[in-house]
Amino acid sequence: MERQDAGRSSTLDEPTVADRHASHPVRSARAGAPSRRDSARGATDHTHEFLARTLGWFSIGLGLAELLAPGRVARMAGLKDDHRLLLGASGLREITMGLGILSERRPAGWMWSRVGGDALDLALLAGALSGSQGNRKRTVAAMLAVAGVAAVDCFASRRLSRMAGWTTDDGAVRVNTSIVIDSSPESLYQFWRDFANLSRFTEHVEAVTIYDRQHSHWVVKGPAGYRVEWNAEITEDEPNRKIGWRTTSYAEIEHQGSVEFTPAPGGRGTMVHVEMDYHVPAGVLGASIATLFGNEPGQQIQSDLRRLKQIIEVGEVLRSDGSLTGKGRLPQRSAQPAEATA
Amino acid sequence: MKANCWYGAGDVRVEQVPDPKILNRRDVILKVTSTAICGSDLHLYNGLMPTMKAGDILGHEFMGEVVEVGSEVNNLQVGDRVVTAFPIACGRCLFCRQELFSLCENSNPNAWMAEKMLGHSPSGIFGYSHMLGGFAGGQAEYARVPFADVGTIKIPEGIPDEQVLFLSDIFPTGYMAAENCQIRGGDTIAVWGCGPVGQFAIRSAFLLGAERVFAIDRFSERLRMAEEGGAETIQYEEEGVYDRLMDMTGGRGPDACIDAVGMEAHGPGMLAAYDRMKQAVGLESGRPYALREAIMCCRNGGTVSIIGVYGGFIDKFPIGSVMNRSLTIKTGQAHVQRYMRPLLERIQRGEIDPSTIITHRMRLNEAPEAFAKFNRKEDRCVKIVLKP
Repeated sequence: MERQDAGRSSTLDEPTVADRHASHPVRSARAGAPSRRDSARGATDHTHEFLARTLGWFSIGLGLAELLAPGRVARMAGLKDDHRLLLGASGLREITMGLGILSERRPAGWMWSRVGGDALDLALLAGALSGSQGNRKRTVAAMLAVAGVAAVDCFASRRLSRMAGWTTDDGAVRVNTSIVIDSSPESLYQFWRDFANLSRFTEHVEAVTIYDRQHSHWVVKGPAGYRVEWNAEITEDEPNRKIGWRTTSYAEIEHQGSVEFTPAPGGRGTMVHVEMDYHVPAGVLGASIATLFGNEPGQQIQSDLRRLKQIIEVGEVLRSDGSLTGKGRLPQRSAQPAEATA
Repeated sequence: MKANCWYGAGDVRVEQVPDPKILNRRDVILKVTSTAICGSDLHLYNGLMPTMKAGDILGHEFMGEVVEVGSEVNNLQVGDRVVTAFPIACGRCLFCRQELFSLCENSNPNAWMAEKMLGHSPSGIFGYSHMLGGFAGGQAEYARVPFADVGTIKIPEGIPDEQVLFLSDIFPTGYMAAENCQIRGGDTIAVWGCGPVGQFAIRSAFLLGAERVFAIDRFSERLRMAEEGGAETIQYEEEGVYDRLMDMTGGRGPDACIDAVGMEAHGPGMLAAYDRMKQAVGLESGRPYALREAIMCCRNGGTVSIIGVYGGFIDKFPIGSVMNRSLTIKTGQAHVQRYMRPLLERIQRGEIDPSTIITHRMRLNEAPEAFAKFNRKEDRCVKIVLKP
């Protein structure tokens, strides 16, 4: 990434672009296109990085206090002494997060973990308040303090997510992924342009109804078997090169995307590049949680593209015993024949 | 049908499971007539391979009779006797067209898991974890073979199973290890590990024109087998491997070194103990003792051929030795489909008899005992063939 760091001389101690992508839960699908914002790095970006570092040191300070003087911290927060163990654990958590934040230049993931930690602390304090043997006034004050910090954390997390290229300016989660397929841009464009084909290789698209050349209706399997539907319109259509679309009417997963077909070097097939911006309910946090369940959108689209490649190159999606539909996701079946298979 | 299923470290069980069915148009179903336990199965048995799941059917070395043929398999018929290649390969993608079959881009439905671990995914493999496809293996009465038109070789009448079974893996694997040494007439080759793959590497090195082959192991029966294959042997517990090899090569080192050991190397001294400890607590996934030694022993500008299996990350890799001495490293899972035909012809011409490495013949039912025996190298065990 190109940078305009007037005030910095050394870059040796900073993680590389590849390092950062490798450690980002949300952007693990093929280190994608560079963030569009890089050339526009301004003073405010530095401010946000500085804010993150400050919060990192704050985490470490608070963590050390909780770990080394749990009694005193408990009294300050109006808690009983028997919260010591909990405070110790939370101290370790704070220190880990603090070190994590300080270890990256744009620690968006670690900052979101601070937001999660704040929520945990608030819950703990609220619990203490209802149990109430401590000093209620102090506990309320502590809650207000945590809520204040949480607001700052939230703000910084969102800004950093955007700066790291995880999200777009309007807060959507961005996914970039690509694959090389042994076929021509023309035939891949035609295959994709017939949206009915998409249900053959995507994990979640169940059915696409074509209204007209521009408009279509989509039925998609969401998490836990629950269905999502939306209308989509074509926003860009360059034959044999690019298709762009976006959801129109209210959609639970509002998104826009594009697929580009470019000849690979040396005549070795076609590079298919998909870019999608998602507005998922809880933004980056939601996407991070989805990652834990193996439903991370970048990886899913990468797997979808792999199946598209199978259909084009070998005529069908390959199935295995562990992945009976060929749509290999978690949990896997055991690798032994199923009782009744098609 | 009966099948040998993995349940955890040191725990395999022969169980009744459903029969396999055709799932894709280029599948065939085989009635397995012979199957073998591979040294790499022991990495699964010892719980070192991630993404295994209780109930997974093991086995990637098997052959049998075709009993069902998918609609797009044109070169096989019911009744054909075939050996199956362990990597699953479509035969059509960029890598298959270059005969790099174990890198097929279309045969791993769980490629995303392998990508997390390895950066990119290799081909699927029978009975070798979900990261490599979640395909049921061949230690069973029946097995499904995807892309069977590319992944099998028909065996002519009159050649017994034991002569050709190892075309499925270890013969091509050992052969590729030797081929990767880029042997020129008169070369000297050192082979770490005299297990089945090492044995085939030794014999293949001679087939490819090596003048002297040095074989390194600690088990007397394996060293004797290596000697029968024409190698000069080094018992590493009794003598220093480096010193001995330098002695035998006038201080220059072997022209090429083959690591046929992989991630569970044993060795003397502190460094080996250090690796054992780190592997035990999960700080490295392989114990690269043999590999380090192979690198250090190799002559300047020579080739190190890695054929022993590694799964993840290793420590203290002597990159300085590799870089400063212009070494070449060649490696990979064997591209078995590339070698089955020419190696079958070598067997038919009587240039090699693969069955000589078999030390044990057991029933599929006895798979748990067989695994335990092979893992502990009990009873001079080198290679076990199971009959369903």
